[in-house]
Amino acid sequence: MSKKFILNRRSVLKYGSAGAVTALATPYFFTRGALAEGENYLNAPKGDTVTFGFNVPQTGPYADEGADELDAYKLAVDHLNGEGDGGCLSTFSSKVLKGNGVLGKKVAYVTGDTQTKSDAARASAKSMIEKDGAVMITGGSSSGVAVAVQGLCQEAGVIFMAALTHSNDTTGKDKKANGFRHFFNAYMSGAALAPVLEKAYGKDRRAYHLTADYTWGWTQQASIQKFTEEIGWETVNNVLTPLAATDFSSYIAPVLNSGADVLVLNHYGGNMVNSLTQAVQFGLRDKMVNGKQFEIIVPLYSELMAKGAGDNIKGVYGSMNWNWTLPDEGTKVFVKSFGEKYGRPPSNAAQTAYAQTLLYADAAERAGTFNPCGIVGALEGFDFDGLGNGPTHYRAADHQCFKDVLVVKGKEEPSSQYDTLEVVEVTPRAQVEYAPDNEMFAGGDLGKCNPGA
Amino acid sequence: MLGLSKKDTFFFLFVVFLTMATPIILQPFPEGSALAQFNAGYPDLMQRFAIYGIFAIGFNILFGLTGYLSFGHAAFLGVGSYSVVWMYKLLNYNVVPGLVLAIITSGLFALLIGYISLRRSGIYFSILTLAFAQMSFNLAYSVLTPLTNGETGLQVYNDDPQILLGANHPLGPHFFGIVMQDSAKINVGGWQWTFNNGYYFCAIIAVIAFYLSLRIFRSPFGTMLRAIKTNQTRMNYTGLNPRPYTLAAFVISGMYAGLAGGLLAAMDPLAGAERMQWTASGEVVLMTILGGAGTLMGPVLGAGFIKYFENIFSKINDGILHHWFSALPDGVEEFLVFIFHPFIGKGWSLTLGLLFMLVVIFLPGGLIEGGRRLGNLFTGKSRKPTTPAKDPEHHPKPAPHVA
Repeated sequence: MSKKFILNRRSVLKYGSAGAVTALATPYFFTRGALAEGENYLNAPKGDTVTFGFNVPQTGPYADEGADELDAYKLAVDHLNGEGDGGCLSTFSSKVLKGNGVLGKKVAYVTGDTQTKSDAARASAKSMIEKDGAVMITGGSSSGVAVAVQGLCQEAGVIFMAALTHSNDTTGKDKKANGFRHFFNAYMSGAALAPVLEKAYGKDRRAYHLTADYTWGWTQQASIQKFTEEIGWETVNNVLTPLAATDFSSYIAPVLNSGADVLVLNHYGGNMVNSLTQAVQFGLRDKMVNGKQFEIIVPLYSELMAKGAGDNIKGVYGSMNWNWTLPDEGTKVFVKSFGEKYGRPPSNAAQTAYAQTLLYADAAERAGTFNPCGIVGALEGFDFDGLGNGPTHYRAADHQCFKDVLVVKGKEEPSSQYDTLEVVEVTPRAQVEYAPDNEMFAGGDLGKCNPGA
Repeated sequence: MLGLSKKDTFFFLFVVFLTMATPIILQPFPEGSALAQFNAGYPDLMQRFAIYGIFAIGFNILFGLTGYLSFGHAAFLGVGSYSVVWMYKLLNYNVVPGLVLAIITSGLFALLIGYISLRRSGIYFSILTLAFAQMSFNLAYSVLTPLTNGETGLQVYNDDPQILLGANHPLGPHFFGIVMQDSAKINVGGWQWTFNNGYYFCAIIAVIAFYLSLRIFRSPFGTMLRAIKTNQTRMNYTGLNPRPYTLAAFVISGMYAGLAGGLLAAMDPLAGAERMQWTASGEVVLMTILGGAGTLMGPVLGAGFIKYFENIFSKINDGILHHWFSALPDGVEEFLVFIFHPFIGKGWSLTLGLLFMLVVIFLPGGLIEGGRRLGNLFTGKSRKPTTPAKDPEHHPKPAPHVA
């Protein structure tokens, strides 16, 4: 085994022990952490560039969403550095970004693969912070991962700009001072959907829930149940399905005999594509129960899911953070420059990723520093417009954005493969707002901003 | 020295040297150069090298010596992590109580799983351990959520009891006041070396773990384990009951895994359920085979190799490729980027898979065998031993292919 070492054991011993002694005796009086002179925060940019970390799932079940987010991040970097057509910089209500980088520094970026696993995501974010000197991490696609990375950024002392994460917990019990979320949440989905469902399906309905068995599924199910019960619906049953499930037929068969006339699918991604397809194949939507047409609801929609489920989503209600068909200027400009670069319209995950990058850059510019505490100060209570969602407010109490929520429906006659969803109603912000200490968000503590030094 | 033969002492000192000098060895390229991308000397990755090294060393005690292939070692990794985070939540951020608890709980857990699984051998044993690991994963993921916080992962919250937490105690994992996250950075010329407390904590534990495994390999107990691998039936006929030995090996390797899991949480105070998933169990099998099963150093090398690909290759993107090849004419640049594109970024597992295939096909003994062959090449020794084996008559003749 150790034959190869025996040949030069003298030198190995000599240099080896010498090296070990040197390494052990290395004094620890050198600077702690990566502090630059004068700037008292972690990873203060030294040269003429500032580094952002884009941490998205590139493999695993949410890889499609991740790829779309990454494209949007790259587009945002182009626009910040003055390449391309500048996109939303022209429509953004804050006018401090000039397309010459941020605070005079060109934006560079590093990318990483979260594999949709908290562990891998944290490893990748850590390498961005420790090796590449990133001052800001952004990304997401699973609420569990977003919560884990947000916690890491809080401990390490950099800013986390959450992209696609819909669980109430991200800005609820797991909220952190260094973390910010632009995307909407399960509570808002419930608040926006309930009135539309009441109008479409009436007050007297019996709902059956199939729920993905993890944090996001639970908070979404609880939110939908709360709001539908407020309009008079009855919740017949809530069945938890394993996240890894691909065959839902054994879960769907009991729905037929339960006396329920609405099926709520608290599923996302591939889960939703499978469960919806199987529910339709079982003929649920052609059934009459209690003298009413049987209906299916998918509270959280994404373009990629809609594409995967094909014809089955026609007429099915759900909610979204943003849609590329919106008529406002910010949306038009963003869709145009995204389309020109990648040849397809952006998804709502891409839009939130793009908006978060611009919001961070703008906050740094307004604060005059990349110091996380400066950024937190600039983003808390910030009101803005022109990024596609209409007037938006970043609430200081929990770092959640408040804006209009879209209720959408699967289009009956799609004109193209991207035109799958139609906006039924734009629910005004006031209707989806809640107090920071709402019971569904209680228990968390923002703590103090951490500059990492 | 330390009860080791002269040869082993040198070997051990060599390993100690490698571990201690890791922050320098892993930074071969100066900061700012194009190749700095391949530097791996940052705290998180170095910690992972040491931790997964411990995991693989422990796995090798079971797989390398007894030949029992466990597909469920990730369960112990997860149990170790949860133990440590619970100690943070209840006591304070000192890692010692957690690590002790991690080793104890994973040992008990291994005793339970081993007692049942070791009633079978071969593929049935593998399947049983796999089933237990998947059960643990599902329990952690969705059933025992009050204990594990499900998919989000167990973390420390500000309102946790933390009864031993004093006013001026560090608010991150520490070893009696030495904060794991802190490092000293030294700039020499263009090079930057990061000496991280957490890494050295893991490294010292890894060296101890390595020493223990070295002693086990050289002990009569280790010989007994090898005998089980060679021919268990013959062992039975000589009147020896192999099960206590295999169970002991299983529990020891489970405790190593628990220690590794505990250290993961000691470096980063979070325990996630996916740490227990079967892919994590499969990973340690790959590490061991890639490095060289049954060798002392192989599993550590394999662990380093896989973690390096996962963390360094997955971060190379097209932008960086364009930067590297920017000196070439446009057409050639585009072509090279096109060629390399599938193997970097999200394609890191493809590259790793190809390398794994190459290693298994051409170096069945793993990376260690590759190293030995290279060494022989340089020293002019031929691949096969030139001296004939002693007492050739008493060795079996090579069997013909078709019997």
